[in-house]
Amino acid sequence: MTVQRFTGTDRYVVTEDLMTAVNAAVILGRPILIKGEPGTGKTQLAEEIARGLKRPLLQWHIKSTTKAQQGLYEYDAVARLRDSQLGDERVHDIANYIVKGPMWEAFEQEVQPVLLIDEIDKADIEFPNDLLRELDRMEFYVYETHQTVAAKHRPIIVITSNNEKELPDAFLRRCFFHYIRFPDADTMREIVDVHYPGLKKELLNEALHAFYDLREVPGLKKKPSTSELLDWLKLLLAEDVPPEALSSDDRRKTLPPLHGALLKNEQDVHLFERLIFLNQRDGR
Amino acid sequence: MLIGFYFMLREGGIKASITEFMTLLEVMQKRIAGYSVEEFYYLARACLVKDEALFDRFDRVFSAHCRGVQQLFGDGAAEIPAEWLRRHFERLMSEEDKALVESLGGWERLMETLRQRLEEQKERHEGGSKWIGTAGTSPFGAYGFNPEGVRIGQEGSRHRRAVKVWDRREFRNLDDSVELGTRNLKIALRRLRRFAREGAADELDLHGTIESTARNAGLLDIRMVPERHNAVKVLLFLDAGGSMDDHVKVCEELFSAASSEFKHLEYFYFHNCVYEGVWKDNRRRHTDRTQLMDVLHKYPADYKLILVGDATMSPYEIHYPGGSVEHWNEEAGATWMKRLLDTYPKAIWLNPEPRGRWEYTPSIRMMSELMESRMFPLTVSGLEEGMRALT
Repeated sequence: MTVQRFTGTDRYVVTEDLMTAVNAAVILGRPILIKGEPGTGKTQLAEEIARGLKRPLLQWHIKSTTKAQQGLYEYDAVARLRDSQLGDERVHDIANYIVKGPMWEAFEQEVQPVLLIDEIDKADIEFPNDLLRELDRMEFYVYETHQTVAAKHRPIIVITSNNEKELPDAFLRRCFFHYIRFPDADTMREIVDVHYPGLKKELLNEALHAFYDLREVPGLKKKPSTSELLDWLKLLLAEDVPPEALSSDDRRKTLPPLHGALLKNEQDVHLFERLIFLNQRDGR
Repeated sequence: MLIGFYFMLREGGIKASITEFMTLLEVMQKRIAGYSVEEFYYLARACLVKDEALFDRFDRVFSAHCRGVQQLFGDGAAEIPAEWLRRHFERLMSEEDKALVESLGGWERLMETLRQRLEEQKERHEGGSKWIGTAGTSPFGAYGFNPEGVRIGQEGSRHRRAVKVWDRREFRNLDDSVELGTRNLKIALRRLRRFAREGAADELDLHGTIESTARNAGLLDIRMVPERHNAVKVLLFLDAGGSMDDHVKVCEELFSAASSEFKHLEYFYFHNCVYEGVWKDNRRRHTDRTQLMDVLHKYPADYKLILVGDATMSPYEIHYPGGSVEHWNEEAGATWMKRLLDTYPKAIWLNPEPRGRWEYTPSIRMMSELMESRMFPLTVSGLEEGMRALT
């Protein structure tokens, strides 16, 4: 069997360590848990694996009220109740009221699919524990219809977490783990290049300088991340801002142009303005 | 070979399970990784380490294993205590000194020598030209001068060098004993969340409705429940002024995290130790005081009490009436602390001073005794311990 390997796509740059971890997960058919700063492309990874390996993608976005059972299937009791009161024929077969969840859908795919379980930490603390057996054996039992659903092909399960809750050890043992580090300047240049191939070199250099300087500002509540940098570049391009406007002399005295794309918190903007004020005073 | 590595990891504090180790072997068998050490490093990390806070520890063990150094990692035995490196003075050096220092070997040799020195050296050291410490001419340590020196425990960026990935130790910032950012704080505080249903029943209880409808032979019987919300109530006492000036930033962060996490949060300021009066606005601390007695009566015992302060003061300020540095207190600080703790059985003290320094400061020891050892350092792991003590 030749094994397909994930090596990144034309619009997503993967570092070597991430590539190794993803390939291990793909080949062994075990879930991979992705953590990292917000905006470093955790969710996008699943989409790009699906695109790169040409597999269908199924998504399951977790909210604080999501239950593990909803990923498998749900029994729509309300619809059945209504049908029973209207005297519908369908009411006699309970299977009509079983609604498949994303995991069931993934288990039924004819080729190995990619299943994204997004922001698992948003859910209740018991949520990961409720999925242990399903993730391990890739099968589950439907009580209402007495059938066992087993995966035709073990899906590539990508789980993302923002670290808002600790995940149970039993769950972690079953996953590969990768922490997406904030990219260094070289990787960042590659990433930008993939997204905006025609970007003027000086503009990119100045913008990256301004961006990393901004990240170094102590005390920011939310440091700007990759996705914010990409948004900001898009704006700079759209507004046709000249590179000189970002050069270092100006930066110490004024906010970078269109800073709203980078600083998302008014306290951060105030802090930055105060720092600029101090710089101006010192420079005088 | 790998079994030795596995046990080294466990000794180094990475409690990887056997199943995880088996996964690693399975991956190796399937030849996912080529034969490069780097790929093996990435694979082993993805299989065995499930917390980025432990990455740095993993890097250290891996590096030791790769060098075949049979060195045991106890509780950070190889971690250089930051105490040694605290900057007490910076000093400029003469030209001879510079020449002398330059005669030492390259990077690799420096690292090897560093390791040996670390094993020999057991105490904090300052100045001099061999041991590791601050402001000296030895190649190891911070704030001194050595063009080829290894900087340890110094703030600011290190120069990138062509060292091995695991030796770069890029994840040391994530080690969970280091200080906090607002986000980390919020996450730690979230441990305290207790959801409860209270108040008006304005949410449809779907399961209750289905069940009672079924019992009702199919006639719709709607059930309502109140909305779920965080029911934890917190009383926060913050030390303001004096020796706390060094810790303003971390306290601000704690405060902003706490105020967004808890719906019922009441805060008061005090200075060094709690006495009869506390205040809400630090600018009007002398005019606008709240009597502590009123606080004790107003907020019921189900409030959880969090005191934040460095507890660094003169022991008189705790144990004697009139010991306060700001005013004449009729009753000793300890008496007021006892009253507070009697009213609020769930209480902790968070101390921004590093834990290692506590036992050398008598007032911290006394305060910790008063708190019945419920004093925790103001770090992510300390905060988590504290939250566990509160629940």
